[in-house]
Amino acid sequence: MLHDTVILRVVVKLLLPPILLYALYVQAHGEYGPGGGFQAGVIVAAAMILYALVFGVPEARRVVPFGVVRAMVPLGVLVYGGVGVAGMLLGGHYLDYTLLAATPPDGNHIGVVLVEIGVLITVSGTMLTIFYSFSEKPADGEETD
Amino acid sequence: MVAVTIGIVRLRNLFAVVMLGGIYSFLMATILYVLDAVDVSMTEAAVGAGMSTVLLLATLAVTKVREATPVHPPALPLAIALLTGAALVYASVDLPPFGDPAGPGHRHVAPDYIARVVPETHIPNAVTSVLASYRGYDTLGETTVIFTAGIGVMALLVGRRRPRRDGGTSGGGAA
Amino acid sequence: MEVLANINQWVTIFLMVSGLYIVVARGNMVKKLIGLGVFQTSVYLLYISPGKIIGGTAPIISPDFTVYSNPLPHVLILTAIVVGVATLAVGLALVVRINEAYNSIEEDEIYVQEHDA
Repeated sequence: MLHDTVILRVVVKLLLPPILLYALYVQAHGEYGPGGGFQAGVIVAAAMILYALVFGVPEARRVVPFGVVRAMVPLGVLVYGGVGVAGMLLGGHYLDYTLLAATPPDGNHIGVVLVEIGVLITVSGTMLTIFYSFSEKPADGEETD
Repeated sequence: MVAVTIGIVRLRNLFAVVMLGGIYSFLMATILYVLDAVDVSMTEAAVGAGMSTVLLLATLAVTKVREATPVHPPALPLAIALLTGAALVYASVDLPPFGDPAGPGHRHVAPDYIARVVPETHIPNAVTSVLASYRGYDTLGETTVIFTAGIGVMALLVGRRRPRRDGGTSGGGAA
Repeated sequence: MEVLANINQWVTIFLMVSGLYIVVARGNMVKKLIGLGVFQTSVYLLYISPGKIIGGTAPIISPDFTVYSNPLPHVLILTAIVVGVATLAVGLALVVRINEAYNSIEEDEIYVQEHDA
């Protein structure tokens, strides 16, 4: 590990909120400019990985526990599928967004926003899960098959 | 791009190769930006230069950093690669020239989507609208693929134990 | 000039061939995965470069522009990029496990270990 970590720690602590804010901006402005769920999800994961690299993985796992991140992975897919089922419950086809609001264009708009949130949750959860899995040390003992 | 790719092929120090891979991803993101693919460029920069480099470095931390010199002469793979390249060059002569607005890809579905996007969804970004609304089913499949990759990596790497070797040597893997 | 008209195809083909060569010719598994990444990026170019219209702009509809580049390949490649990193993650997890089992990530050394055991 590095000895002179004071500068790194201060800079990372100052940088993390703008990075997360930028991720939120990319997610929300995905409709008016480049962006959307995937990019925002990866930026969120990158922010947490930066924190883990500078402060150590155990500290990062204290801040964002593995259980929370593991739960986020299927939650996004559930949100996405839920939007589809909601379309079905309101009388249309699966993933029919036009019924979610008063007029079809607004329904489409709301559907896209919800779906992008679902994608954000899954992508950021999965990228962080993969990083946490890679940083696990194997326990000693018999190999369980 | 060409120089970076040749570097990736030839270098044996894997750490340098991973760094060149990051540079390659950034160059690719720039090229994609010049080709008007702004969404794709942002995603390639975030994913290729960010996540891929992190994962490769995490793997290199537990394995070796130098590639061994190859045992077999590279004549046959080189021949296969060049043969494939020749076939692709032969096929590419018939393709439409770069940037042609009258090309067959631009005539049927694309102008229709571009005309329909704002009236039907009120979203100016055509790519997001097509991705989430017109082709929303494919995006559901993609999210499921990401989910599957996450649980696959978890199944492989979480809760694993160091394998005990026959003969009792201590600890198989590199620490 | 006829050659320069298809220059995007030449670049794509060069990257594809180098990616293929790295995957087939090198025995180191991490390098193979990087070569696969190079191959995948050449496929992105293969799809997106024919979608560009010279004089057009990014496909974000606004009243200032009339000609837009084709948004359909962008959608496909967005999916492809994220699926590519997912595949890379699973591949690297496999490499880590193989390294723990055989203490090597070179194909030739693992072949020798498997066939002498």
